[in-house]
Amino acid sequence: MVSSLPARALFLSAVILVVTLGIWELSTPAVKAAGEMTEYEMLMGGADQEARVPPPSQVLERAWEELSNPFYDNGPNDKGIGIQVGYSLFRVLTGYFLAAMIAIPIGFLIGMSPLMYRALDPFIQVLRPISPLAWMPLALFIIKDSEASSIFVIFICSIWPMLINTAFGVAGVRKDWVNVARTHELGSLRTALTVILPAAAPTIVTGMRISIGIAWLVIVAAEMLVGGTGVGYYVWNEWNNLDLTSVIFSILVIGVVGMLLDAAFAQVQRAVRYQE
Amino acid sequence: MNNPFLQIDALTKRYPSPGGEDLTVFEEVSFDINKGEFVCIIGHSGCGKSTIMNVLAGLDTATSGAVTMDGKEVVGPSLDRGVVFQNYSLLPWRSALKNVTFGVRARHPDWSKEQILEHSYKYLEMVGLSGGAEHRKPSQLSGGMRQRVSIARAFAIQPKLLLLDEPFGALDALTRGTIQDELIRIWSGSEQTVFMITHDVDEAILLADRILLMTNGPYARVAESVVIDIPRPRNRAEIIHDPGYYKIRNHLVEFLALRSKALAEERPDDDGPMKPRRPATVRPAHSAEGEGPEDGLGEGPGEDRPAPLVEPERMSLVQ
Repeated sequence: MVSSLPARALFLSAVILVVTLGIWELSTPAVKAAGEMTEYEMLMGGADQEARVPPPSQVLERAWEELSNPFYDNGPNDKGIGIQVGYSLFRVLTGYFLAAMIAIPIGFLIGMSPLMYRALDPFIQVLRPISPLAWMPLALFIIKDSEASSIFVIFICSIWPMLINTAFGVAGVRKDWVNVARTHELGSLRTALTVILPAAAPTIVTGMRISIGIAWLVIVAAEMLVGGTGVGYYVWNEWNNLDLTSVIFSILVIGVVGMLLDAAFAQVQRAVRYQE
Repeated sequence: MNNPFLQIDALTKRYPSPGGEDLTVFEEVSFDINKGEFVCIIGHSGCGKSTIMNVLAGLDTATSGAVTMDGKEVVGPSLDRGVVFQNYSLLPWRSALKNVTFGVRARHPDWSKEQILEHSYKYLEMVGLSGGAEHRKPSQLSGGMRQRVSIARAFAIQPKLLLLDEPFGALDALTRGTIQDELIRIWSGSEQTVFMITHDVDEAILLADRILLMTNGPYARVAESVVIDIPRPRNRAEIIHDPGYYKIRNHLVEFLALRSKALAEERPDDDGPMKPRRPATVRPAHSAEGEGPEDGLGEGPGEDRPAPLVEPERMSLVQ
């Protein structure tokens, strides 16, 4: 019996998952009974036994617990994972769309005008390699609001891939297509919207997809710094609580949300793609 | 003498080269095209045919000289001059139909959606694209189909002058023949003025009223204007039996093989300002009959002008 490639791949994935989880589960020894504690262990209140990487079974248990009630709110340090992810997504999307609103028009300008390209290039080259978190102190000082500062950090980190890809895509539009617009006497706005934008769209959306990936990476670090709410804060808070089960659970949540964001942009990419 | 529809006067294109002599692609190119005429231009690669076409389209500018169409100088691209490029230049994210409506909408911004669609369908049907194929993207169409869409788009905007830049260069011989027939059919019903670049001598004879022959570049010139007086309607199977066909064909082939190079080498080196000169009109189809000078049938604008670019002995053969 020969099954299809995707089916075989799925099967192999499942095998790898089961084997990895099995090794992980077996390599975390069970907690010893409390009666046989040494003096040191008694001093530690049994914590030494507890302080180990939890087995996957515990993580799954926690995941079930958390996901069955994701939106509870028991005060600042005890919110459901759904609320935390919601905060993070809000910040990421706000900063991201602000960046898109600026990056795409400026990218167009740079792509269409060699003068603007040369004039703005040194600024972009200096600003682009700066770690977005390096802006945090300055943002906090100027904006004086932690929420807005984390949005600003997302803004500044997602602007570059979109800006550069838009400029690159616009500058690379085939001259033939621009000539088609010219021979049809299209004005510059019509040309930009009906010829250059669709021609450059695949490159622009690729930049947007890179940006959303970076924004989701950065938000976790930013929220660890800023604190209060969000999935990054959640990870750090659970670390302070020494609740490694929740830490592992939230790591997985971060991965899944990032994957979904990427998948959404992959869909957009498919929609604007064309074959020459 | 009333002015011809399209007048090209002393067109010259030079590219400045750093620290050396400028590269002159062509110079002092002058010719006329009458309304409703189908004119082909033939020359070797590098003689600047495509540049001349781009100047006519308004996409490029000449170093000196002027192009006048309908009494107005050509300064930029216009919907009055439709262009069909060799690589089709269809917008790949639009369907065949949308590529045509793109042109029609630009031409008639005041038309309703239905009017635009109806007009576009009419021209797509004219080139044989219907029954669902019009909704395909260019990448899903064969090369011949793509060029048909491109031709439909150009005809649909009903330009005063249609410029075809080697439209069949990338097609296989069979497809090329079919589309040539279609092009003649559409053209003969349209009174469209056409200027076309080609490398194919047979194609030029089949399609053109007149063929302009260019010498080799650099310093290329339009040396001759060959009148194709084979009666229309023409088709590929019958045209080869016309008594004038092979005379014309041999004349063209001989020009491309030998004289285009020879003429390029004997470029007159007078530095004085040259007057716009028209290429000599040649009628190879009548050469063997020993007919006298022009019989007055041709409307070729060059007849009453001096023909200094043609060798004297060649003139005798021609007339």
